[in-house]
Amino acid sequence: MYQYSDFDRQFVRQRAAQFRDQLERHLAGSLPDEDFKPLRLQNGWYIQRFAPMLRVAVPYGEISTAQLRMLAHIAREYDHKEDNDVSKANAGLAKVATLPDRNAHFTTRHNVQYNWIPLTRAADVMDLLASVNMHGIQTSGNCIRNISTDALAGIAVDEVADPRPFAEIMRQWSTLHHEFAFLPRKFKVAITGATEDRVASPWYDVGLRLVRNVDGELGMQVRVGGGMGRTPIIGTVIREFLPWQHLLNYLEAVIRVYNRYGRRDNSFKARIKILVKAEGQRFIDAVEAEFIEILEKDGAPHTITQAELDRVSAFFVQPDLRCDRKSADEKIAHVLKAAAEDDIEFGRWLQRNVKPHKNPDLRAVTLSFKRPGQSPGDATAEQLERAAELVDRFSAGEARITHEQNLLLPWVRCDHLPELWREARRLGLARPNIGLLTDMIVCPGGDFCDLANARSLPIAQALLERFNDLDEVYDLGDIDLNMSGCINSCGHHHAGHIGILGVDKDGQEWYQVTLGGSDGTRISGPATPGKVIGPSFAADEMVDVVEAILDTYRTERQSGETFIATVRRIGIEPFKAAANAVRTHTARPAAVSA
Amino acid sequence: MTTNIPSTIELFKADSFVAPEAPAARLVLSNDTDPREHSLEGIAVVELQFPKFNDGRAFSQAFLLRRRLGFAGHIRATGDVLIDQLLQMQRSGFTQAVLRADQDTDHGRRLLGLYDDFYQGDAVDTKPHFASAD
Repeated sequence: MYQYSDFDRQFVRQRAAQFRDQLERHLAGSLPDEDFKPLRLQNGWYIQRFAPMLRVAVPYGEISTAQLRMLAHIAREYDHKEDNDVSKANAGLAKVATLPDRNAHFTTRHNVQYNWIPLTRAADVMDLLASVNMHGIQTSGNCIRNISTDALAGIAVDEVADPRPFAEIMRQWSTLHHEFAFLPRKFKVAITGATEDRVASPWYDVGLRLVRNVDGELGMQVRVGGGMGRTPIIGTVIREFLPWQHLLNYLEAVIRVYNRYGRRDNSFKARIKILVKAEGQRFIDAVEAEFIEILEKDGAPHTITQAELDRVSAFFVQPDLRCDRKSADEKIAHVLKAAAEDDIEFGRWLQRNVKPHKNPDLRAVTLSFKRPGQSPGDATAEQLERAAELVDRFSAGEARITHEQNLLLPWVRCDHLPELWREARRLGLARPNIGLLTDMIVCPGGDFCDLANARSLPIAQALLERFNDLDEVYDLGDIDLNMSGCINSCGHHHAGHIGILGVDKDGQEWYQVTLGGSDGTRISGPATPGKVIGPSFAADEMVDVVEAILDTYRTERQSGETFIATVRRIGIEPFKAAANAVRTHTARPAAVSA
Repeated sequence: MTTNIPSTIELFKADSFVAPEAPAARLVLSNDTDPREHSLEGIAVVELQFPKFNDGRAFSQAFLLRRRLGFAGHIRATGDVLIDQLLQMQRSGFTQAVLRADQDTDHGRRLLGLYDDFYQGDAVDTKPHFASAD
């Protein structure tokens, strides 16, 4: 993974010192709330329902075991519920006593969040993070956010080119960009190098796909103006092929046009997607004109040289790992045979949690953080430390946080699979449910988040408990169930095959259900928002509603047909009728005949 | 027209600032203006505005003036100008900041020295770190 230079390390330390100065002035009363807010946000510090929330950046999801251990240390020593006066908070419907602390949370954009660190300890935490080259730079605020990519970047079998060097080059370029720190709204960039889009790139402000042109040269397809929120929009391709050397020049053009013309009068209309939609071709023309001026008048100083690409790429060399595949096959067969006598869990784990690798001797293994009793993507200090041990033993000291809120081990020798499975199972992290119903994407929702209209964690927990039978979950097959506590869509509900959105009516929690959404992966089909299946449901109807939807699928599916394929083939009506039939509180009174 | 662009942004306070230049030598641009549509002939100072400190349009305007148009006079920040944005202003090409009256000028000066260097090139130091490193 990328190795920090002295320059990088010094930069992060100076950022921590800058934040400490701002925090001290704020706590001393000379930097008022309103002026401090954008500064703390650009360091990852939100103020939530009970306490601040810290979002730690994990650029393109790559994380070392030293970093995982530091995250564990921070969870244990700083993420304390009792250090906050929760009695003064507006608890909403959250049951404070049951909310976890001493805990870290993986987000859909492969960052890490804490919910209970008091602001008075914030600068100390930033110093600790800086000691392992971590920070919260631009994990919030109206600026260029942390760059995201595929958890299989650099190891995927379907890759055109490794996107990580480009992600790192963009990370450096966007970090504390003088001109683009106060954009109209947040700005998110994703890049993938694979033929299958696993980063949901059409849903991003800028979505980049590495491609080769007819001459075999490497470049990017550039999509602009995707986004979720209350106006879900799929990004528009504005360049089919941008030579990679011009990545930064072109981004500069896109963002300068956005900074100058994006709406600032209404925050709901301030994302670049609204500008792209309103201006259409005029937006594209403005970007192209600006790009030409950058090249011709500014001298294009950010043109990426081959030397720079080589320098950054050199940090992403594959560890030299080999194994005897024949003996690995024998070992795996042995375990499978033994396991078949009691259960088929190992076979399922191989099928769901283990992915092929560019290096045929290696595999990518996902540890599942989706299990009853803990919120999706949550990890205790202990779990992070135990996971770090597995990463050291089995994955060359490197892990990846995934878009689906799990932890992926990218460098596992195939002859280590049985041993890794046993160890992961002992830790409760070997649930073979990757890509299945219970591998749901869920935001923290109204339990923690001040913006949320409804809680997502209790619904997730109820679903995890109801669908705890692996046989049933296997029979249902690949399903993306995504849930957000409000229209900000942090849980990517628009892109879920089943999307659940928390809404608020009269201070009560309600849930809108959508079907047929897609993030753009092969199974899901072209990216598209799901369709709403009628009025919202009450919280205690939700498990039955999901079950009714799945029953409809079981009845209607043709042989081998996935859930999303059935929804596409028969439309949402049969699902809607089934969901309506299980309404209790929200049922319409029977019509009175005249 | 001034030809020497100072390397450190000059700081003033809004409650005591009196513009030294003749009004005819000053061009005041609103945030929605494209600097390229104005003549800079005889202009010593271009004033750019921050209606709120987190409205970033003037940063792009300053960049266009300094880099694209090669304007060599002063670029002055007025309005909701706070010490925590000075470094950004300086890098975008501003040479004068008229700070909101409640700001601590001395502390603002200290904040300008927080970083040794930055990753990307800017309006003053145009090369990115990767192009200037050995």
